[in-house]
Amino acid sequence: MSTTSPPQLTAEQLDALGRELDAIRERVTADLGERDAAYIRRMIKAQRGLEIGGRGLLELGFLPPAWLAGTAALSLSKILDNMEIGHNVMHGQYDWMNDRAVNGHAFEWDSACPSEQWRHSHNYMHHTHTNILGKDRDIGYGVLRMSEDQKWHPYYLGNPAYAVLLALLFQWGVALHDLEVEQLNTGKAKWSDKGEMLQAIWKKGRRQALKDYALFPLLAGPGAPFTFTGNMTANAVRNVWAFMIIFCGHFPEGTHEFTEEETEGESRGQWYVRQLLGSANLTGGKLFHIMSGNLSHQIEHHLFPDLPAHRYAELAVEVREICERYGLPYNAGPLHKQFGSVVKKIARLALPDRGGDEGPAVEPTPLPRRAKRPAREAVAA
Amino acid sequence: MDSVACAQVFTQTRQTLSRRLLGSTLAEALTTPHGVDRYVELVRPAFSLREVRAEVVAVRRPTARSVTLALRPNDNWQGFRAGQFVRLGIEIDGVRHTRTYSPASSAHVDDLLELTAHAQPDGAVSPFLRASARPGMVVSLSQAEGDFALPDEREILAAGGELLLISGGSGITPVMSMLRTLCHEGHRGPIAFLHYARDEHDVAYARQLEELAAGHANVRLLRGFSRRPDAGELHGRFGRKHVRAAGVDPTQALAFACGPTALVEAVRTTWAEDELDARLFVEQFAPPAPARVETDGVVAGSVRFARSGREAPSTGAPLLDQAEAAGLTPQSGCRMGICHTCTCRKLEGAVRDVRTGEISTAPDELIQICVNAPVGDVTLDI
Repeated sequence: MSTTSPPQLTAEQLDALGRELDAIRERVTADLGERDAAYIRRMIKAQRGLEIGGRGLLELGFLPPAWLAGTAALSLSKILDNMEIGHNVMHGQYDWMNDRAVNGHAFEWDSACPSEQWRHSHNYMHHTHTNILGKDRDIGYGVLRMSEDQKWHPYYLGNPAYAVLLALLFQWGVALHDLEVEQLNTGKAKWSDKGEMLQAIWKKGRRQALKDYALFPLLAGPGAPFTFTGNMTANAVRNVWAFMIIFCGHFPEGTHEFTEEETEGESRGQWYVRQLLGSANLTGGKLFHIMSGNLSHQIEHHLFPDLPAHRYAELAVEVREICERYGLPYNAGPLHKQFGSVVKKIARLALPDRGGDEGPAVEPTPLPRRAKRPAREAVAA
Repeated sequence: MDSVACAQVFTQTRQTLSRRLLGSTLAEALTTPHGVDRYVELVRPAFSLREVRAEVVAVRRPTARSVTLALRPNDNWQGFRAGQFVRLGIEIDGVRHTRTYSPASSAHVDDLLELTAHAQPDGAVSPFLRASARPGMVVSLSQAEGDFALPDEREILAAGGELLLISGGSGITPVMSMLRTLCHEGHRGPIAFLHYARDEHDVAYARQLEELAAGHANVRLLRGFSRRPDAGELHGRFGRKHVRAAGVDPTQALAFACGPTALVEAVRTTWAEDELDARLFVEQFAPPAPARVETDGVVAGSVRFARSGREAPSTGAPLLDQAEAAGLTPQSGCRMGICHTCTCRKLEGAVRDVRTGEISTAPDELIQICVNAPVGDVTLDI
């Protein structure tokens, strides 16, 4: 359960580790082809089929079985669209196919968040600066306290309540994520700087809402309320599911956080180790992996974010073996266990640190960054 | 109106109607964010509201090296002028490749397009098409491009009314299209068609050329074969005596030449000597020059940024750094090949992945400019 410090690898070991992981990456890159293309197209076909089927059934939503089946199909469609297709395609995992339909820059997903902003906040900020406090804004999404190193404040008494709200409205949380609203509070940025982004969010969000909450319900005529609630439920199911999977990626007990100082000028090997220590996997069957967008292989995803995700299951065998050899932890567990520990963490961190009894889950770092920064700036001024 | 015509009108009306519906604002709003195409193409791969796509309806293999595809383009195809080319996109082992081909069919046949590819021994696309093209395949197309094109009848008559069409090897396709188009239009002036090939078995349109020459008194066909000097009407390399043999007056004719560099240069020099440059139109069908690839050290060359029209000598650094040094501000993020923010289209040239040392020479491909350095000349779409 509780974390011990990871083994300190020598510079030579780190380089060797980096080379081994690079070699895996190169091998898979050279092997990309028809198999991967066929896989993502099969997923797209399944998603579009579920969507058409689900929306069709929800037009008859006044019949309870149709409402249930339609809502289920549309939920699955949105989950597939956002996770196994959207998230992975937007990582550029299929850019090598040279096909606009699966091009990372051209793809838009069935979510309120404009893909352009997602690519910045996720592909760049989160994947480059994974689990670095103060740099990786996925730690708590700027709303929650997810680490002891985030200073406690009475605001965080609401941690569990905010988490429930964030889960239910996750697509909107993600949509507002790249705005970096906390910068507005600290005066680092002004609302006027965010005009273009707000406009993009408004445009995308409006189109999404128009489709789900006006057009498809209106097409159902008197059955409109049933279509409306079906669509709303499907969005909520997708939101909660995505929240659960994503929060299991980096916040279960045993995942590590890092400071900016620690990670300054890190080598390729050190970058890999940070990705390894900062991520956690979910165990489960094939269908579970697909529905999680293969983010259940969060460790492999963070080592190789632009390799097609359906390959992670195969790579996991090798990565696990490498971790064992270097004495590095490989954090994996079933959803109920991993999410359970996330829930506990959300609840525990709502309260000020009690100091001692359980100990901080993160690797103890001698200097809390936040305390240090202002002092330094004061000197500079 | 008979029943067949009735059925045709009905089908057309239905098609126009469904296209109208699918192209409506409502359809777009209902299918946001993916758009109508992404749903319809799953059942009808050649359908698109905006993109040109075509279905292969027939495949012939006229010679040991060539393959001729008959394509039926979708409704977005705007037609072409004889001599122009299209960019054909085809997927091979999951990767879409784009190559240019000149249609060889008459420009007046607008529902069918004929392309002929000659398999280059080290090519990726043409050998694939030669081996694997089959009816039912769907390819993507661009609209027609290029200035090497047949003028309309009025301009031809104003220039004297005579035509001299010269081609070598695989360069036969655009001039074949010109000849077919002229015959289709009922052009009455003299047309001479000079074609150079290895031998008589290596001519993709051998039979069609003979038929056109036999069926049109004003068309004269002359062939020269480098490996079978006695088999054709022309002997040796292109020269003035071939023009004389063609029986066309170069001062009254418009001349079109397409083929390998040596042939095109010989034609160009002859016309230049007679100060008839304005009457000559040429296109070279040279295979792309292989990039000078070296494993270490900077390979001299320049980096061209096509969209912004800038160009700078290559420093050998990753292209993102070079773009920034040239005063451009392309999108970028991690600068270590993870986030794909900087991904952009490389139009041509060879690049080396600085992480793996791997070199890629494919035209028209997406690359991450933060981890790719140029090897020789490179053109980027930024």
